[in-house]
Amino acid sequence: MFETLSLQTIPPEDEALRPIIRALAAEVADGVAADVRARSWQGFDSAFSRRLGAEGFIGLTLPKRYGGSERGPFARFVVVEELLGVGAPVAAHWIADRQSAPLILNFGTEEQRQHYLPPICRGELCFCIGMSEPGSGSDLASVRTRADRTAGGWRLNGQKIWTTNAPHSDYMIALVRTSGGAEDRHDGLSQLIVDLKAPGVVVRPIVDLAGDAHFAEVFFDDVDLPAEALIGVEGEGWRQVNAELAFERSGPERIYSSIVLLDAWLTHLRRSGVATEATVRLAGRFTARLATLRAMSIACTGQLARGESPVIEASLVKDLGTSLEQDIPQAIADDLASRPDDAVDGELLRTLAYVTQVAPSFSLRGGTREILRGIIARGMGLR
Amino acid sequence: MADMDFAAPFARMVDAACPPATVRAIERGESHAALWDQFEKSGFLDALVPECAGGSGLSLAQVGPLIQTAGRHALPLPVGDTMIARWLFAMLGKAAPHDAILLASTRAALTRRPPTEVADLGLFENGGELYLAALAGLSDETPVEHVGPVPEGGLRLLAALVRAASIAGAAGALLDRTVRYANERVQFGRAIGKQQAVQQQLAVMAEQCVAARVASEIGFAGPLPLRPEAVAIAKAVTSAAAPVVAATAHAVHGAIGISEECDIQLLTRRLHQWRISEGSEAYWEGRLGTARLADVASSVDWLVAASSVPSR
Repeated sequence: MFETLSLQTIPPEDEALRPIIRALAAEVADGVAADVRARSWQGFDSAFSRRLGAEGFIGLTLPKRYGGSERGPFARFVVVEELLGVGAPVAAHWIADRQSAPLILNFGTEEQRQHYLPPICRGELCFCIGMSEPGSGSDLASVRTRADRTAGGWRLNGQKIWTTNAPHSDYMIALVRTSGGAEDRHDGLSQLIVDLKAPGVVVRPIVDLAGDAHFAEVFFDDVDLPAEALIGVEGEGWRQVNAELAFERSGPERIYSSIVLLDAWLTHLRRSGVATEATVRLAGRFTARLATLRAMSIACTGQLARGESPVIEASLVKDLGTSLEQDIPQAIADDLASRPDDAVDGELLRTLAYVTQVAPSFSLRGGTREILRGIIARGMGLR
Repeated sequence: MADMDFAAPFARMVDAACPPATVRAIERGESHAALWDQFEKSGFLDALVPECAGGSGLSLAQVGPLIQTAGRHALPLPVGDTMIARWLFAMLGKAAPHDAILLASTRAALTRRPPTEVADLGLFENGGELYLAALAGLSDETPVEHVGPVPEGGLRLLAALVRAASIAGAAGALLDRTVRYANERVQFGRAIGKQQAVQQQLAVMAEQCVAARVASEIGFAGPLPLRPEAVAIAKAVTSAAAPVVAATAHAVHGAIGISEECDIQLLTRRLHQWRISEGSEAYWEGRLGTARLADVASSVDWLVAASSVPSR
């Protein structure tokens, strides 16, 4: 089973991007404390995103006529791996580049593509994804935010919550109900592009347990949207969202969330000269798992490059990947504190504290562990 | 795709030649000569031997799937080991014996081998030299035949890699069987595979099986001599997966899986054996960790370098 996930090599022309993107990432990462870099996904730096855009590192998979580089998913893998590997701030372009732009390219009208894609590729537009609601977490088909037809377009009412990046975003791509009721489940859902500056939209940041405010509640009170806010086909929102999630779940971001902490710990071990047998084994275990997951993620990337939609494979890599991401802070904490008399510098401890606190989110965002395992089970013909 | 050209006929051959009844018979001590003769005649045992020396000259990456297939079928004879042994003999410019050869990094591993390890000869390492021993009646005092110097990196790298591929193959076979069983077995009025609790376990089992296969592929990528870190990744990940996969197969099968007549035991017993053969996950994690800590590269740099396969 899952023979499609097989060892692949990143093509040399994509591997050739590595030194260039590495140098760019170093500009914003060098000398920055590890506990700041560990916030990579939440790191909001518009100037850096615009710089990446100007250098052609956003919209790598998009056609040139929309400002993209017309390269493949492997190019994006290399770029994302280099950015996350050092903990560069990516929030200002992250979601637009990964999900919104491919969605607009695949399902949008020509006008929508021309309107949104070039500024996304320049690193100028920040998107968020409006999925969860107070009553809809994993059960996404139960969303109640509703858009009704008006003479000129749509009128939107309802509420989204836990929307990552909403406080910084220009637009939200929201999954909303456009017909029927909750009993219709996957039917009657559509995706709308919501201008977050439109009258009737209120964004209220939510502070997380680490003290950051990267997600938010978003309220819609009689928000009037033009007809062209609809993306793709009315009533096809569910199918479109699932195609989108294959992009979200398969990338290197699903194995590298704790990488800054891992490297800070390895540096600490080398500097302090501590190498108990258990510590050395732990370093080896992380390395073996990481190397395997990276190969699996590259295999998924190969599927995307062949035009496939590796929904099940991506779920498999994400579940295994987030398990490693969560094991890293837990095991490193135990390792460091197994020698309570050793001095550990404050930066490493702050990084550990931050990653430990946010680690539960790794297996929530982009689909919970239980949902992913359900998708894998369905892929094996069990449901 | 070229790999499949060899893998498919080999799989058909193993399928026909070695049904579960044959596995059991050989484990009981019945003669394996007829089965071995089929492999000997097939030419697959010389897969790695260069064409100029009369072999097929396949690459390591092409042979990996064949060894996985042997694992899938719980093949009770050391086909993968013998492929490696014959390559070693060819490299030393020597004619290889026609018998089934088991690889072991130490002589003790041969004398204390479990009943699942049936073979005629054992090739082992001692003091940087390779020796060949007849396994029948082998003790610590039996005279052995000197073969030549050990290959670069030592025999353990090669033997561990064969075990890694065997685990990957057996794990895949157990996943197929266990999913099939979960869809057939009815309790509480429906197939147990419809229970979410069972589905979640099988999803985890699938993840471990895929990780084991990909890790094995990492070990087999690239030319010989083997890269120690690639073998360490392969054996550490497959060995860690083995008990999880075996335990889930048994948990889902219930009591019948414990019985001798249920075929899963042919695979689960071997998974546990291959896990501890030539170093468990702890051993290989230790070796890999030592190498990793000695290297100041960042994780991404290290991973990129480790995955770039040197050309021969």
